[in-house]
Formats: sequence, C-alpha cells, structure tokens
Amino acid sequence: MRRKWAPVLLILPSAVLLLVFVYGFIAWTAWLSTTNFNDLFVRELKPVGLANYLRLFEHPRFQIDLKNTLTFSLIFIPGCLGLGLAGALLLNSGVRFEGVWRTVFLMPMALSFIVTGVVWRWMMNPSTGLNLLFERLGLGFLANGWYTDPAIGIKAVALAAVWQLSGYTMALYLAGLRAIPRELYEAAEVDGASGWEAFRRITLPLLTPVTLSAIIILGHISLKIFDLVVAIAGSNGGPGFSSDVPAVFMFQTTFQANRFADGSAISIVLLILVSFLVIPYLRWSLRQEVRE
Amino acid sequence: MRRITRGLLALGLVTGGLWASTQGANQLEIFSWWTTGGEAAGLFKLYDLYREQHPGVEIINSVVAGGAGSNAKAVLKTRMLGGDPPDSFQVHMGRELIDTWVVTGFMEPIDFLYEEEGWTEVFPEGVLELLQFEGHYYSVPANIHRANVLWYNKPLFERLGLTPPRTFEEFFQVAEALKAEGITPLALGDSGIWASTHLFETVLIGVLGAEGYKGLWTGETDWNGPGVREALEVMSRMLDYVNSDHAARSWDQANDLVIQGQAGMTIMGDWVDADNLAKGFEDAGWAPAPGNAGIYDALSDTFGLPKNAPHRENVIDWLRLIGSKEGQEAFNPLKGSICARTDCDPSLFGPYLQWAMERWQEDTIVPSLAHGAAASEPWVAAINDVMTLFVTNRDVDQAQRLLAQACVDAGVCAR
Repeated sequence: MRRKWAPVLLILPSAVLLLVFVYGFIAWTAWLSTTNFNDLFVRELKPVGLANYLRLFEHPRFQIDLKNTLTFSLIFIPGCLGLGLAGALLLNSGVRFEGVWRTVFLMPMALSFIVTGVVWRWMMNPSTGLNLLFERLGLGFLANGWYTDPAIGIKAVALAAVWQLSGYTMALYLAGLRAIPRELYEAAEVDGASGWEAFRRITLPLLTPVTLSAIIILGHISLKIFDLVVAIAGSNGGPGFSSDVPAVFMFQTTFQANRFADGSAISIVLLILVSFLVIPYLRWSLRQEVRE
Repeated sequence: MRRITRGLLALGLVTGGLWASTQGANQLEIFSWWTTGGEAAGLFKLYDLYREQHPGVEIINSVVAGGAGSNAKAVLKTRMLGGDPPDSFQVHMGRELIDTWVVTGFMEPIDFLYEEEGWTEVFPEGVLELLQFEGHYYSVPANIHRANVLWYNKPLFERLGLTPPRTFEEFFQVAEALKAEGITPLALGDSGIWASTHLFETVLIGVLGAEGYKGLWTGETDWNGPGVREALEVMSRMLDYVNSDHAARSWDQANDLVIQGQAGMTIMGDWVDADNLAKGFEDAGWAPAPGNAGIYDALSDTFGLPKNAPHRENVIDWLRLIGSKEGQEAFNPLKGSICARTDCDPSLFGPYLQWAMERWQEDTIVPSLAHGAAASEPWVAAINDVMTLFVTNRDVDQAQRLLAQACVDAGVCAR
C-alpha cells in the first residue's frame, strides 16, 4: 500500500504547483482576455466576449506583427536547419580538430539573446559594423540600412537569430548522425549506391526525428521571440514596426498602455500559435512511444 | 474579483531585485529610474540632504534602469497592484500621475503639505493646475524640463550665415541651405519609441498655438480638423531633412551629429544641455522650436504619497525636502533641469538653464505629450504607435484617422 502511494506523493507537489501556476494562469489570462480590463481603474470586470480579439486583428500593428512572425520563422527555422545540417555533415566527415570546431559553433548558444542582440545591433548599424567593413573591402554595394530599413527590418533580426542557434541544431544533427549504424552505409555501398543516394535514402530519413524536434524548438522560439528584437531594433520595433513582433506588442500593451485585457488577448493568440506547433508533435511522439 | 486580479498580476510577474524588505525598520524606499550621470548624482545629493536632516533613517534606493522609465513603470505597476507600494516613486507630472494613480485611488492627497510649506505661492499657476485632481494636490514636482527646444551648432550657423529659424517657413529655408552644404539639416534619433512623438508635439504646438494644443487634450480642438492635418504635413516635410539612420540612433546619438557638425539642428528637450556639458561641447546654440516662441512645453518629475506607504512619516519629510528651495537648488543644477519653484538662485545654473528659468517666468506653460503630462499612458502609447507608422509611410490620412480614433479610445473625444 505504502509502495503504491509513494510515487504519487512525490509527484503531487509539483503537479499542484504546475496546475496552479501554469494551467491556472493560462485559464486566468484567457478569462482576462474576454473582459473589459483595459485600464487600471476598471472597478468591475465585465465579460465582453471576443471584442478584444476582433479589435486586435483589425489593429494595423498586430497585422504587421503577424506578418513579421511569419517572415522571421521562414528565415530562422530553415536557416538554422540548413546551416546546422551542413555543419554537422562537415564535422562528421572527419575534419581535423573536431572538438575545437564543435566548441566554436556551439559557443553562440551559450550567450543570451540580449547579448547577441547588442553585438548584432552594432554589427548592423547603418554607419558602422558590417557596412563599414563592406566599404573598406570595396563592396559598398552590399551596404544597407539593416534593421533601420523598413523593407529589411525583421530579416536582419532573423539573421542574428540564425547565427545564435544554428550551432545548436548542428549539435542535434551531429548526435543524430552518430546514432546511424555504420552497417547501413556499408550495405548500401555493397548494393552500389552512390554517396548522394546513401545520403538521401539513409541519412535524411533517419534524421527526421531530429529535424522534427529541432523545428518544434526553433518554432516556439521564433513565435515567442522578444529580447533579441528589443536589443537590436529598440522598443518601438524599428521604423513602421518593420521588426516588431507580437511579444513586444504584448509587453507594451500590457505595461505601458495598461490595457491588460488586450495584452492577455495577444498572449492567448501566441499560445494558440505555439500549440499549433506543439500538439501535432506531442501526438506524433506519443504514437512513436506506443509503437516502441 | 479585482483584488484577486491585482494579487495575481503581482504574483505572475516576478521581477526580482526589488523584493528587499521594506517593513519594520526606520526606512525610506524611493523608487525611480534615475540610474545614470546627472540624474543619479542629483538623486544622491537629495539623499545626502535627507540623511543630514533625518539621521537614523535608512534610505533604500530602488532603481530600475531604462530610458523614460519604460521598464521601471512595469515593475511599479506590479508592485502597486499587488499591494506592495514603495514609500514614494518618481512619476511624470500631469495625466501620467493623475490618470494612472490618482483616479484609480492609489494616492493620498497632500493638500496639508501645500498649505504648510506655502507651495501654492512658489509654484507657477500652470504647474499647480497639472498637479491637481478635483481640487486636491497629489504630488510634489522636483524639477522642470523643457521639451520644445531647437538645438543647433553655433559655429556652423555662423559660418553659413544662418540664424535659428523662428517659423516653419524659416526652418525649411535653413534646412535647404544646410542640405546644399551636404550637412544633415535635422538630427533625429528615434530608436526609443518616444522621440518621433516628441518631435511631433513641438510641431503641433507650433501649428496650433498654446490654446489650440491644450485643447487637443480636453477635446476642444478637433483631431479631424485642418490644424492637425497641417501639423502632420509639416512633420512629413521635416522628415525629408533628417539623417537616414535615425532609427538606429538614440536622442543623444542624434545630438552627437550636431556636436560633430554633421548635422545642423536637433529638436529635443533640455537634457541635451546636460549631454553637451558631459561631452565638453560648448558651442551649442538654442532657441524655441519653430513656432514655439513664448510657449514652455513642460514636463516634470514628481513624487507623491501612495496610500499604505510603509513609512508615511518619512515620506512626508522626503516630500518637504523635494519641494523646498534648498532641495531644488541642490538637485536641479546636477540633474540639468530648472526648479519648479520660481525663487531659485539663477547663479547656480549654467547659461542655458538661466535662459530657461527666465522663459519659465514669462512663457505660457503647456503640458508635454511624449513625457506623460498631456495625456494618459494608454493614449500616449496609441500616439506612439501612430507616429511609428507615420515616420515610414507618411500617410497623412491614415495618421489623422488613427489619432482621432485614439482620442475617442481615451474617452476624451466624442465618438
């Protein structure tokens, strides 16, 4: 009897804490997002239905933010996956001083986004950093306004994010590559498969679980990105909100404009976007476990 | 329900670093975002004076860094809503104080201090108006800053035979002359969210005049009218003359362009004076922004008495010090601002501040928009958003529509 209850008792405290501080607060935020709590002096919370959401989606800034999130993800996720895979393949092919390279590529991940942001803010400053370098090298045509140019804005921020996290995907892929049994390649060679065919039919399929996990992790980072944007483009998200993202909008709406209901609504939209990503993944990995 | 919400809000945001115990001991916790240069020096000078007058009181300096208090305000909100107010906190005079904290019932009126200290005699009428709500006073101004100043590079202007422009027409003539010399006419640094709003407010004042501008905040001036439209058009024309990397610069980095002679002018508040002094630049010229002569666009940092302040008696002494001649004369020369009182000794201040003190006595006082005096925080945030869009797309129709809508959302304009 005692045996049976011990694990439950062990899990109970964290389960209760999780229930209150994660799910409880999610529920609370969801409720707030449907009330009139849009000023500090709202005396009584009244439900207003989906009015906050409707107003939000009509807001020109939020429309730009959603578009920016999409642009950011489309550069950030494939960028990290591509560079990470390329790096891992190179390292795996037996390069010298592998340990050194691995450290070099992984190092950026040890930094926080705010540090990366400050560094890249200077690298991408229109009159110093990279632009100055291009000019000195006679490559003046490459110079541009980076995050101060409304047409580039969020793409410049995405570049910094790729730099920071492609080392991480490289590490994931490297682990994945090392887990592939050598015999498979030997068998393929015996069957007369070319290097490319072996890569396409053995390496890539066996790396799918790694790719999926990487997409989930990078995806939720790209949806929730905040500090990198603030550090690079400043708190107003660049000219014309060209590098603004929902998380920054949420912070300003809630704590600078005191519109708590609107802020909650943005948070809930973000949560729904993240769950679009996470729920299919959870289902997929659960099914995998059952199969095993 | 509301109490629970407040509690949960406070719990939900663990901000860290500010949870020092303020209970029990004989303490005074002062909350501000004064962390750098002259502002911190001025604050510490006040602390020194306070310790002299009240030995035995331990001062807790709660500061949260971040320009214009953007981070500090978020931390303050969670503490106030969570029922853990600091003893006193820095807050901008006007709507930011009144709409955020007084209307909501978080502050205690301090009329008795105004009576005892005779402050109604020494603070000017325009300021007293902004400190009141329903006939009661709620905070004590520590300083006055002027927002509508045009700063220019004097040697550059002399070399080119230019005089600081008094009207917008003159401004564009001067701008053309500078441009012809390959010099950026107007330096702007709007990497902070408020700088373009700041420029716009001086344009609004220049176009609408003091009464017309004040009317914007009471609903008497029509946001859909020709005045606001003209202001947007002037603003758009001005943006043709700013440095292309304005979104990458902060206001002080924009001032660097003027210091180095790469730009001719910048329109900014008088904290530029402190910046020039710190950088050893003595050739700055100043004048009211175009169309702003005779009008003092003011902002002020004030301190008040929150309800349930843990050390009420100590706060009252602190407020007495803030409002006293001694306190203001000690604080302001360091902070680079002028006294809110009209009886400070001008010889303590530099040439720019002496000019500002003179103007302070004579000009019409209007409240600053970008710095929380004219409009409530949600309203300012909405206008910041409009200006961020406007600076890039220059869409006058869209901007005017959104500005008018913001006034309606703020509950000031009729639908």
